[in-house]
Amino acid sequence: MSPVPKLILQRLVLGVVTLFLVSALIFVGIELQPGDLAEQILGQSATPDTLAAWRAELGLDLPPHVRYLNWLGGVMQGDLGNSLASRRPVADLLSQRLANTMFLAGYAAVISVPVAVVLGLLAALWRNGIFDRGVNVGALSAISMPEFFVAYVLILVFSIQLGWFPTLARIDEAQSLGDALYRCFLPALTLMLVVVAHMMRMTRAAVINVLASPYIEMARLKGVPRWRIILRHALPNAAAPIINVVALNLAYLIVGVVVVEAVFSYPGMGQLLVDAVSSRDLPVVQAVGLFFAATYVTLNVLADILSILSNPRLRRG
Amino acid sequence: MNKTPMTPLLEMRGLRLEAGPVKSPTVILHGLDLTLRRGEVLGLVGESGAGKSSAGLAAMGVVRDGVRFAGGSVRFDGVTLTDLSPAKLRRLLGRRMAYVAQSAAASFNPAHRVLDQVTEAPVLHQTASRSQAQQEAIALFRQMQLPDPDQIGLRYPHQLSGGQLQRAMTGMAMACRPDLIVFDEPTTALDVTTQIEVLGAMRDIVEHFGTAAIYITHDLAVVSQMADRVMVMRDGREVETQRTREILSDPQQDYTRSLWAVRSLERPAKPADTPPLVECRDLTAAYGEVTVLKDVSVRLPTGRTTTVVGESGSGKTTLARVIAGLLPPVSGEVLWQGQPLPPDYARRDPALLQDIQMIYQMADTALNPRHTVRETLTRPARFCRGLSGRTLEARVRELMDLIEMPPGQFLDRRIPELSGGQKQRIGIARALAAEPKFLICDEVTSALDQLVAQGILRLLMRLQDELDLTLLFITHDLATVRAVADQVVIMQQGRIVEQGPRQQIFDSPQQAYTRRLLDAVPQMDPDWLSRVR
Amino acid sequence: MTVTTTLKSAPPTAWFGMAVVALTIVVALGAPWIAPYAETEIVGAQFQPWSAAHPLGTDNLGRDMLSRMIFGARNTVGLAMLTTGMAFAAGSVLGMLAALRGGWTDQLLSRAIDVVMAVPPLILALMMLAIVGASIPNMVAVIAFIYIAPVYRLARAAAMNVVRLDFIEAARLRGEGTLWLMRREVLPNIASTLIAEFGLRFCFVFLFIAALSFLGIGIQPPTADWGSMVKDNATLITFGDVTPLIPAGAIALLTVAINFIVDWMLHRASGLKT
Repeated sequence: MSPVPKLILQRLVLGVVTLFLVSALIFVGIELQPGDLAEQILGQSATPDTLAAWRAELGLDLPPHVRYLNWLGGVMQGDLGNSLASRRPVADLLSQRLANTMFLAGYAAVISVPVAVVLGLLAALWRNGIFDRGVNVGALSAISMPEFFVAYVLILVFSIQLGWFPTLARIDEAQSLGDALYRCFLPALTLMLVVVAHMMRMTRAAVINVLASPYIEMARLKGVPRWRIILRHALPNAAAPIINVVALNLAYLIVGVVVVEAVFSYPGMGQLLVDAVSSRDLPVVQAVGLFFAATYVTLNVLADILSILSNPRLRRG
Repeated sequence: MNKTPMTPLLEMRGLRLEAGPVKSPTVILHGLDLTLRRGEVLGLVGESGAGKSSAGLAAMGVVRDGVRFAGGSVRFDGVTLTDLSPAKLRRLLGRRMAYVAQSAAASFNPAHRVLDQVTEAPVLHQTASRSQAQQEAIALFRQMQLPDPDQIGLRYPHQLSGGQLQRAMTGMAMACRPDLIVFDEPTTALDVTTQIEVLGAMRDIVEHFGTAAIYITHDLAVVSQMADRVMVMRDGREVETQRTREILSDPQQDYTRSLWAVRSLERPAKPADTPPLVECRDLTAAYGEVTVLKDVSVRLPTGRTTTVVGESGSGKTTLARVIAGLLPPVSGEVLWQGQPLPPDYARRDPALLQDIQMIYQMADTALNPRHTVRETLTRPARFCRGLSGRTLEARVRELMDLIEMPPGQFLDRRIPELSGGQKQRIGIARALAAEPKFLICDEVTSALDQLVAQGILRLLMRLQDELDLTLLFITHDLATVRAVADQVVIMQQGRIVEQGPRQQIFDSPQQAYTRRLLDAVPQMDPDWLSRVR
Repeated sequence: MTVTTTLKSAPPTAWFGMAVVALTIVVALGAPWIAPYAETEIVGAQFQPWSAAHPLGTDNLGRDMLSRMIFGARNTVGLAMLTTGMAFAAGSVLGMLAALRGGWTDQLLSRAIDVVMAVPPLILALMMLAIVGASIPNMVAVIAFIYIAPVYRLARAAAMNVVRLDFIEAARLRGEGTLWLMRREVLPNIASTLIAEFGLRFCFVFLFIAALSFLGIGIQPPTADWGSMVKDNATLITFGDVTPLIPAGAIALLTVAINFIVDWMLHRASGLKT
């Protein structure tokens, strides 16, 4: 009897419940606003008749729980409502930007995960040595810097002074993949620097934790060589925490795009969200926020599931 | 190779180990000399901090992180280990020298099958092919009397019991037929009835292969079963070394004699015929779904000591928690002087709470490390008895006198500055500050060294007589029972197996389990293990 | 160890950190006396280059950059302190309460915190600010609310480790109340953890406020603050002018400094245990 399927199911259900709660929270928050959307859009001077017409169009005349369910039903079918600012369907606004954001985050992830894991492993292996201290100071500094600082320094050096990369990361569908990768290099690098630092520190901590176990000492006393201790005795047990670290940081990466997109005027979800917040375009805020939350929750659930799967005690119950 | 039988297998000369800063080091071993012949078993005995584990590892040329060789030498079969490069030492480790650790559960890698771990050293050191090593491992499992030896190696460590893992680890140490095995407290974490089986299996296999061994323990009775010679250590130095029979019958040093004397502490039992202060009726208790206490009925006579004895999982601590009101029972009730006691401590009135006080196993966690001794004692004296000002100060000093610690010297010390025994005394004083009628002592001596434990037991007995306390004494150690009990309750798997006056339980046990438990307690007699098996 | 010997053992990184923090505090407290011009005073043309009169030039509205940097220290750091302090007060009290009470108190609080933690902080803040509108009090309240969650989790976990210990049980068994347990038994034992965490959380909050201001949703004009100063003057970068990097660099410098100090403290704490 393996308890694994049950545990995984629990995590999945928990994830879905969390998403529902988040969506309800967003909805309630918007409900709590003084006045309603119709008044906001049309302003104080609107006549009662136009207000009523607007309310009917937006479905504001229905009771809140019905509207919540309607909205949720719409979301399930890909109908996210209309933007207040442009009056276009939110789904249309989202589709291309979603792909752009995923492209940028994926780009950064593909490079940063292996780099961070290898750096973390090496730092743990040579802990308290020169390499470890150097990497640690570097990582601490990278974590401490605001993304926009890193981004502007990179722009100043690589595009203004050296002229190697464009200052703005404008991409469109006509570009080739190589071209897109070239244009997005600086934003991806910015994201990477921050994420690698986090991921590397956590990997190092996880590996050091495992290396302190009595079974590692036992392996040492059996005359097992150092490389074999790492590969055979430490890594299988450090895998779960490392996988967890990676998934958590990918979740972080998804959020990090907001600021980076703003710096590079990159046409992604983050930009859209910031613009919508500034203009208080609530349907867009709602949809984009829900998307970010969903990605974040999914990655966290994934982290949980992967660490369950890689735990030998659970796997073979 | 010079394998003349005359040269000892292992020779330590003036070995000095240090830790901490080089300028002001903490010395762990002060120039230890140790000689071990081929096929000989040497017991290393001492209290915690004596340096016996460090000496055991040093015999393999290894030190723990932060510790360093600071003088002297270790020669193993003509090779000076202290001069060896790590790579050369590694070729000896596991192949010619092996180690058996205290916690087998933590020392097996959870990610690999037991068999793969047992065969790792022979395959790595190329003393056997993989299939050969596996065959031999299975033979070793059989010799170690593990159940289902052909298949058991295919399981993962968490699927084996503690006793099985300890035997598998001994098999792992034997896998390359080493010349030397270091056993570091291998049975300390086991229950007595498991310990006896593991000890027997270990002794047989060491004898069978004629392996030399260093057996490290704090338990004199255990070492007298295993060792040919015994070295007593204290504070990183040798106290004396003798053949086992001689050191048992005729110890030369005062320190050794004082260690021996601990085991003979025994207070005459008082008749348990006073009216009960506490009475449990048909108690059944559970943690979630798991029932840990089943239909337990027991009366604790006023002014007497009742000891509850059992192995891990017997429910003895749960019984204490139910009486203290920390775990309300599923059914049954606790009576206090004939009146039902509210099951949850939060529903008991303050006077009742003060009457029942607890003393804990781990003095380290029983006292708030952020407080001073004074703060620890004034709070209960003020909170429970409403004392203040001069009467409070006088009471705190009186409490310190009761536990035989000079108030002037200790009152303003912080808790972390105290030794284990001193902390335990402060724990007792804190309980007494509430002026209780009833003291629950949960394994109060099992984390302490024997000499210190003896002092605590004497103190508790004196306090009981002076203050007319009723004691509930939870323990797994039958020597403690013999020392203090008026009435004995034997528990197993949540039930009471047998109860009665101490003399009756020890002299004419009625139940098979009681007899098994009593028989499993190692005696200070080198022939005991052979006799009982 | 005394304070002096402790300080002597500090590595250069920690010394650097302490120097930067001290300097920042002095500048923040003395802003009105140190700054050559007032916070919102327009002193010249837009985007003037560095000169004797304006050592860092002027900004997009013609205000003195240096003066705004000095006032920005006070505003950005002060608000971050206030926000972190609020989050800590609420989070640690709730965390200790959950650990001590257990049962449904713990369940209710922990599940609510789980939901807050399920949304990335920046996204949650943006959504909440979209609802309540961007202003300084709103921003402080929203960020403090969001950061109650991690502080709660840490305080609860740390308090749980203490609550399991026997001295808590002993105190309970003599009838001590929750408040006393919290104040005298638990808090002294988790204080060092909380202080180190305060340093780290302050960094997060500080970066967070800077990011929000940079996005134009945090501290609102004309209040001087380092995040929005970067945003307002970002165009200069394209002309190779490093001026906008100065407020950004100040943010980075202060955060690095605090992280170095906290890292040293944590390292010392873990070293002392063994």
